[in-house]
Amino acid sequence: MKPPPEVVHWMFAVGFLFLGLCLLAEAIVGREVWRRRSWRAYLWPSVAFLMGILMWPVMVFFTSSAIHMLAHGVWAQAMMVAGAAQLALVRGKLQNQLWNLTVPFALAVSGAAFLIHEQNPWLFSRAAFLHHALGWTALVGAVITLGLCARPRSPVFNAGFALVFLAFATLLFCDRNVAPIFGHLSPLAGTR
Amino acid sequence: MDAELVRERAEARTKQSRRHTAVTALGPLTALAGLIWALVQPYRITLLEPDAHSFWYLAVQPPLLVILAGAIFHFWVVPGLLADLEEVEGRRKR
Repeated sequence: MKPPPEVVHWMFAVGFLFLGLCLLAEAIVGREVWRRRSWRAYLWPSVAFLMGILMWPVMVFFTSSAIHMLAHGVWAQAMMVAGAAQLALVRGKLQNQLWNLTVPFALAVSGAAFLIHEQNPWLFSRAAFLHHALGWTALVGAVITLGLCARPRSPVFNAGFALVFLAFATLLFCDRNVAPIFGHLSPLAGTR
Repeated sequence: MDAELVRERAEARTKQSRRHTAVTALGPLTALAGLIWALVQPYRITLLEPDAHSFWYLAVQPPLLVILAGAIFHFWVVPGLLADLEEVEGRRKR
């Protein structure tokens, strides 16, 4: 009953899509309005933490090599650290705003994990292309969230942060186990 | 002075309505994207051919999930958010 890897990616994509919509709504209405209800303030940090937790079963059941396993493990920990720090900041348990830097840190680690554990070139297959695209998207997200740490009320950085998640969702929805990218599929990609 | 106040209030109303419209449009636009995806790639709707697919492919159908995410956002998140937005905007105007 183990779901195929592409189905797991689609399930993560739905989560990212919903989160991206919520973050975009927050960017539109502003943080003051968004945080008027506490569940909305906790939404992004809890989802980040939850996705970190869900990365562990992905690491256990869906990784086929040591580098895949290490990448997913590091990734899970970085996401949990970012989610936990954000939860503590919203709750008031942490006061120092420098803890916000855990978000760009998590995105940088996620991006590096994507790029390091994908050892095939961009056009090897669709999965390889998406790993590269997701990795660079995460690194761009790390830069945007660094800007967000410096200017938390900036609508541009807030909208950029939301768009990073919508880009993640789109790329994850495009994933297939084995499929060509722009008409190209390496004969070594496992089609036979 | 009165004309200036009227202009400021009109600008405030315009801003509110733009935010209001943008937030209201997010869910339907997402659902529309899912619908267009389903029309462009009907083979992604595995329910149309239930005997040909296994459990996971019947349970997780990306275009339908996109529509569902848009609908949940629109009916669960947006109403409360708009109420709060109107309250804050109304207080600012006073």
